[in-house]
Amino acid sequence: MENLKQILADALAAVSASDSESALDEIRVRYLGKKGALTALLKQLANVSAEDRPKFGQLVNEAKGQVQVEIAKRKEILATEALNAKLATETIDITLSGKGQEVGGLHPVTRTQERIENFFRGIGFDVAAGPEIEDDYHNFEALNIPEHHPARAMQDTFYFNANTVLRTHTSPVQVRTMEQTQPPIRIVCPGRVYRCDSDQTHTPMFHQVEGLLIDENISFADLKGVLQQFLNVFFEDDVKTRFRPSYFPFTEPSIEVDIWRINSKGEGSWLEVLGCGMVHPKVLEMSGIDSEKYTGFAFGMGVERFAMLRYRVDDLRMFFENDLRFLKQFK
Amino acid sequence: MKFSENWLREWVNPAIGTDELVSQITMAGLEVDEVCAVAEEFTGVVVGQILSAEKHPNADKLKVCQVTDGTETFQVVCGAPNAREGIKIPFAKVGAVLGPDFKIKKAKLRQVESFGMLCAASELGLSDDSDGLLELAESAPVGSDFREYLDLNDAIVDVDLTPNRSDCLSIHGLAREVGVLNQVDLTPVEIVPAEVQIKDTFAVDVQAPQACPRYLGRVIKGVNVKAESPLWLTEKLRRSGVRSIDPIVDITNYVMLELGQPMHAFDLSQLSESIIVRMADEGEKLTLLDGQEISLRADTLVIADKSKPLAMAGIMGGEGSGVSEETKDIFLESAFFAPISLAGKARSYGLHTDSSHRFERGVDAQLQNKAIERATSLIVEIAGGQVAPVTEQVSQDDLPRANEVTLRRAKLDQYLAVTIAKDQVTDILTRLDLDMVEVTDERWVTRAPSHRFDIAIEADLIEEVARIYGYENIPANMPTAAVNFTPAAEAQTSIQTMRATLVAQGYQEAITYSFIDKESSLKFVPDVEPVPLENPISAEMGVMRPSLIPGLMKAYLHNQNRQQSRVRMFETGRRFIGSVDALEQLDQQERLAGLIAGSREPEAWYHNSDKVDFYDVKSHIEALFALNDGDMPSYERADVVYLHPGRSAKVIIAGEEVGVFGELHPQFAKSLGCNQTVYLFDLNLDAVLTGKLPVYKVISKFPEVRRDFALLADRETPVASLQKIIMEEGGEAFKEVSVFDVYQGQGIDDTKKSVALGLTWQHPSHTLSDEEINKSVEQILVALESQLGVVVRG
Repeated sequence: MENLKQILADALAAVSASDSESALDEIRVRYLGKKGALTALLKQLANVSAEDRPKFGQLVNEAKGQVQVEIAKRKEILATEALNAKLATETIDITLSGKGQEVGGLHPVTRTQERIENFFRGIGFDVAAGPEIEDDYHNFEALNIPEHHPARAMQDTFYFNANTVLRTHTSPVQVRTMEQTQPPIRIVCPGRVYRCDSDQTHTPMFHQVEGLLIDENISFADLKGVLQQFLNVFFEDDVKTRFRPSYFPFTEPSIEVDIWRINSKGEGSWLEVLGCGMVHPKVLEMSGIDSEKYTGFAFGMGVERFAMLRYRVDDLRMFFENDLRFLKQFK
Repeated sequence: MKFSENWLREWVNPAIGTDELVSQITMAGLEVDEVCAVAEEFTGVVVGQILSAEKHPNADKLKVCQVTDGTETFQVVCGAPNAREGIKIPFAKVGAVLGPDFKIKKAKLRQVESFGMLCAASELGLSDDSDGLLELAESAPVGSDFREYLDLNDAIVDVDLTPNRSDCLSIHGLAREVGVLNQVDLTPVEIVPAEVQIKDTFAVDVQAPQACPRYLGRVIKGVNVKAESPLWLTEKLRRSGVRSIDPIVDITNYVMLELGQPMHAFDLSQLSESIIVRMADEGEKLTLLDGQEISLRADTLVIADKSKPLAMAGIMGGEGSGVSEETKDIFLESAFFAPISLAGKARSYGLHTDSSHRFERGVDAQLQNKAIERATSLIVEIAGGQVAPVTEQVSQDDLPRANEVTLRRAKLDQYLAVTIAKDQVTDILTRLDLDMVEVTDERWVTRAPSHRFDIAIEADLIEEVARIYGYENIPANMPTAAVNFTPAAEAQTSIQTMRATLVAQGYQEAITYSFIDKESSLKFVPDVEPVPLENPISAEMGVMRPSLIPGLMKAYLHNQNRQQSRVRMFETGRRFIGSVDALEQLDQQERLAGLIAGSREPEAWYHNSDKVDFYDVKSHIEALFALNDGDMPSYERADVVYLHPGRSAKVIIAGEEVGVFGELHPQFAKSLGCNQTVYLFDLNLDAVLTGKLPVYKVISKFPEVRRDFALLADRETPVASLQKIIMEEGGEAFKEVSVFDVYQGQGIDDTKKSVALGLTWQHPSHTLSDEEINKSVEQILVALESQLGVVVRG
């Protein structure tokens, strides 16, 4: 009995002192193997009194079991320690950058244009496109701007010849749509437009989004509603606006929309952002739409102007220099 | 148009301040650009007179002046070169305040005491002119407050009038509008026909009545052109931005500003026999008032006499026939020229005058008589003279007619989505001087006054009602429209997805101008004559681009020159090829172009400094075409002047070339000054975006079999031709072939290359046997050897 206790204590001490899987194997053989110390005790069972034999057998088996469990536990501890030691050697600097490409970005004008388009797509407008070298008819005549109309002087036009121009607005796309479609018409026409003007606040090319809605019973109130919503959504704010009478040959009434802006000094002022109006009956008639049955509104805005307001760009010309240090700011 | 607020208030004086007035007319559609005070805020300045001006004892450039304010005499030291005895000048007395930090104090200048300051115009914020003291008229009352003397408590308002509102190009017109807005009556200037003292008339022959439906003329004899224009007149002109010249010209300008009628005065002694209003003869010469000689066109209306053209009608007078210092007798013209006959004419000669500005937008056709009487009485008052009767030539048929325009209740309500009471509508229209021919519950039949010739259709009346009612009083609704959405074509890659794909690969979107210089156009696209602009901004922007590449290269160089060594850019936009003479055939195709240069990846810690090459740009193109299930492109060698002949390719879809890409030709790189290799692509955007809707194919449950081969092929044999044969010959179970190595060099014949391929088979309905695979391999190898001389590497 004393012997059993001693052997068990020795075995457990050896297990907890072991530092490798092979040492544990050796311990297992030494105590639990065919010639092992505990196995040997069982072989002495015959020498034990019949009365004590079951008890002694049970104790030896329990001791064997205990050693087995401790060996398994020790094995697991050693495995964990080994893994931890390995992981420790594998530690890397997690502050270094990831591998592969860095992403680029969209041009701020495109970003802004898409934002404008998305609002109008969302309320059921289609996006239409058309040629940039246009004939005089679609750029002017069909918009109620006959030759020598003073309004032509409002837009400095690039000419190719007397009859061919670079479009000064995207309105010709609206005309082409009206010529081919009967109402209801709901379109926005984004794109490049051109005016013969180049200084601090004008570039000879810029972008517009124009829109057109023609249906029965479309009113000035609808125009106000849609554009107010648009401005609120675009600027993510309740935008203070004023709808101011103006003049465009292709709309009547004609309106300019100003928004209230607070500058960095805290001073507020009105800033014009949109031109719009009810489509002039002559414009409808010229494109084959019954102006008695249908009314509509049209609007137009400069994309650069919106981009400048949105991203606080203060120099229009930056948009077309394509300086990466500028472009990369718009992520 | 610039006007003086005080002048306007002589005509109409609502009980509102400047700010409110300005905001009111802006909100009525007369947009105010700028308001500025006539003079800066100052106090303590009076009209003074220099009694004597002696040289300063201790300074060459200073004078010691004795100045009176009418009651006392003050000693003032002054440096102005024009300080001299007798002149009247603005005198800032001790205690005067000329600016926030500028108070006049008693001073000592080089030991001489000075009590006050004599002022230049610039020191009072009257103009930028700082050349000496502001010399006042001899009649200026010494001692009077300078602000009151010059009526300086006034603002100059600059209103940007839209082309349809030429009726407001005068004080009278603006006053009418302000009267309507405030429901205040006007106090118009009283115009009394001048007393006729002499019978002299000068014959007028209007030969072009359509262009000149009304022509009034009057002789005034014995005027004194040396008379001084009174201060009230010159000040009103100055505040309207008009320079004072002589009393006759000043008065014609004044009447134009006051009433809106441009006028002209001829020197009667310079006219021969009669005035003839006619179209010019082609090539006829006329020297204008500004000294330039122009060659007239036959579409231009002129005022001529028997021998020569005298003036471009309604645009500018001629040099010899106008009023000069010697003029004694004048012939005064007040005419109505039809807008259509003057439209665009001034501009076509490079001219723009106050007169042409008004006539081409339209002048009230009933105004001429009033204007000539107003001018006459002012001339007599200021320059004297004896007045002859007015002669009038009029062609009633050619005068604009006041048409009846009907406004329907239903249309008004529908347009504005608000019901404005009948009386209110009638009131608005009446205040605007429209005659009510008939008013019922259903409609208003109106006739517009002669100054509102812009009112011609119902929409014009709706606009007027809305404008005066106030746009801010019209509600804002969201329209209700039938939900009728156009389906988006799913087979198409959206342009947003395309852009996002390039952005994910590190591209930055660029936008370059659609016009480029002709030289680079021809350099990059020599076989296309670019479309030239008739009036370009500069030669740098002289032609429409036939390709996006020159613009992108310019953008690349801009960045290279700013130490940006890793560049990836793309742009979408139109190119222009063809002739504007055949506009329908002109190619304005939307393209997608881009370039890459520099390291493949951004500089980083893991030694990845490899530069981009041909296969990088190719992978980007492949990725774009892989965005939809359309046909994948094939590639052939390209022959493009700006690309390296051995490192460039055409992109072909369904037999059609849709673009090119490759390495910038080394010669181009050199001549442009590139410091590294640039790879470019230029594609038809539509071809990139066009695809097919994916169709599901059943996935086989049976295992794949893969076999790898190393094949020996001629170096010139494209690997794609091996792949093509393998695909064709592989049989129904053949699935795909991949290329996992290409090697040429040591150990291989130097005319050959080794191509390592992985071939995969999979049958939809059974597990493939070795025999089946072997049979397929055999067929492939035979075909490769017979068609391309390709053999398995031993």
